[in-house]
Amino acid sequence: MQAFFTLVRRELGGHFLSLTGYVIVATVLLLLGFSLNDIITKLNGVPIDAPITEVVYSTIYFWLILVLTTPVITMRSFALEKFTGTFETLMTTPVGDITVVLAKFFGALIFFVFAWLPLIAYLLILRRFVDHASAPIDLVALATTYLGIVLIGALFISMGTFASALTRSQIVAAILSFAFVLVLFLLSMRSLVPVEATGWEAEFFVHISMTEHMQEFARGVLQISSLTFYLTLTTFFLFLTWKVIESRRWK
Amino acid sequence: MMEPMIEVRELTKRYAKYTAVNDVSFQVGRGEIVGLLGPNGAGKSTILRILSGFMPATSGTVKIAGYDVFHDADEVRRRIGYMPENNPLHMEMRVREYLKFRARLKGLSRAKTRERVTTVLEQCALTDVQKRIIGQLSKGYKQRVGLADALVHEPDLIILDEPTIGLDPNQLRSVRQLIKDLGGKHTVLLSTHILPEVEVSCSRVLILHSGEILAADTTENLHRTIFKAGPVVAEIAAPVNELIQAWAEVDTILHVDVAAADGEYSRCSLTPRDGIDLRPIVFNVACERGWRLRELSRGRHSLEDIFVKVTRGEKEEV
Repeated sequence: MQAFFTLVRRELGGHFLSLTGYVIVATVLLLLGFSLNDIITKLNGVPIDAPITEVVYSTIYFWLILVLTTPVITMRSFALEKFTGTFETLMTTPVGDITVVLAKFFGALIFFVFAWLPLIAYLLILRRFVDHASAPIDLVALATTYLGIVLIGALFISMGTFASALTRSQIVAAILSFAFVLVLFLLSMRSLVPVEATGWEAEFFVHISMTEHMQEFARGVLQISSLTFYLTLTTFFLFLTWKVIESRRWK
Repeated sequence: MMEPMIEVRELTKRYAKYTAVNDVSFQVGRGEIVGLLGPNGAGKSTILRILSGFMPATSGTVKIAGYDVFHDADEVRRRIGYMPENNPLHMEMRVREYLKFRARLKGLSRAKTRERVTTVLEQCALTDVQKRIIGQLSKGYKQRVGLADALVHEPDLIILDEPTIGLDPNQLRSVRQLIKDLGGKHTVLLSTHILPEVEVSCSRVLILHSGEILAADTTENLHRTIFKAGPVVAEIAAPVNELIQAWAEVDTILHVDVAAADGEYSRCSLTPRDGIDLRPIVFNVACERGWRLRELSRGRHSLEDIFVKVTRGEKEEV
């Protein structure tokens, strides 16, 4: 446990001491600002009968942040350590492979959650200024929306950590995890879904669609099926990462 | 009898097609400083990586303080301080912060960490730079940070891969002295391709070539066994022709080389037959003839000669 917390702290230190960390935070702030602008424009027009949290996830900026930042956050985790050689000093300490993988994952996830914090502030500010009768902002919906962001982020970060474990080049890691994330995103947007999909196929694509999941989260609904979807896939990619890290012992 | 610190038996490491380490066996006792000497690509780093538990061996066993490196990896890692090649460090961290991080990672308690970090900072003469960012330090300081990291958890065994590479002569001297001071209390295994390094710091040397150990002995013994037929040098105050004549009468001398030195002295280089020590004979000759003897010494071959001789011999066999 001590090693785990030491490593998570070190990961966070790595994010906050590097230029990339601040570039990520600044980018998220900028995109969230655009997103807020978008929401206000929409609210100023015709009345919307959906909760505001639903307006948040349906802007393009929301998805842009998720798809763009996670590969950049995770690209350094293993690739950089392999490149500089600190991977060797790390793996010769009495710390298990699983601990290292989990610490890398949670370090990146905590940083990701931190970068998203301004969203809560934006929504609380909005809440102050909107007419509660016409456009209520439900705190439960706000919490589940944020949970949805964390779950999607966790999945993307586990994919990115896996990509980073495969290579010693941060660029290759970033491109690879961007490809993983993009495939899932385009499937959710139905861009990659065959038009003639009907029956169980259509159902399948609805089940894996992140936009569908986000809609439920934004309405304050927690469905076991979507929770399982994210948790199993995240665990699966962390398992793959662990095996990749362990594989140096098989060679 | 105490069990050895390192016990390597029939260690082999094969990558896809090529064999990096081939059937290597050796032992290192507690408190020894042992040098692993070999040209680049001889398999030094591979052996050290296997010993530190970073990589498994293809076959053979490695025991550190009685624990198997593969099966009791955590026990072994707790007892080893390992500094890999090129001394990788987190360049954006500060010296003290980095050592604290490493100590906590190695399982030291908070109080113990504070105590040990202060101690190793002092031991490695880093106290003045403890608040500086590692990336901004000179190479000599960085190297000492790497050493401090290897020492911080008081390991029984310290493994250093090329610890003095790329240092200037002053830094070299301070790092070597540091390594020398570690002997006795810790066991040290270091690798290098620089020969004087081993002669200065190590009590014993393993010569490695193409993944095999060619010679393993104390530096003294290596001198003796490989060069028992070493030439004797004598500087005597006598004319060159008289000297040549005198040496010709001694039948244990195989080869003579005489040259005039400064003033009335001549310098003789005498190669003995059958590895006999010629020094008493030369002294007797000089006494009998009433010559003044200024210098009499057995040519000491540097480790470099031993190394060249050993690795060449190997090639000729092939």
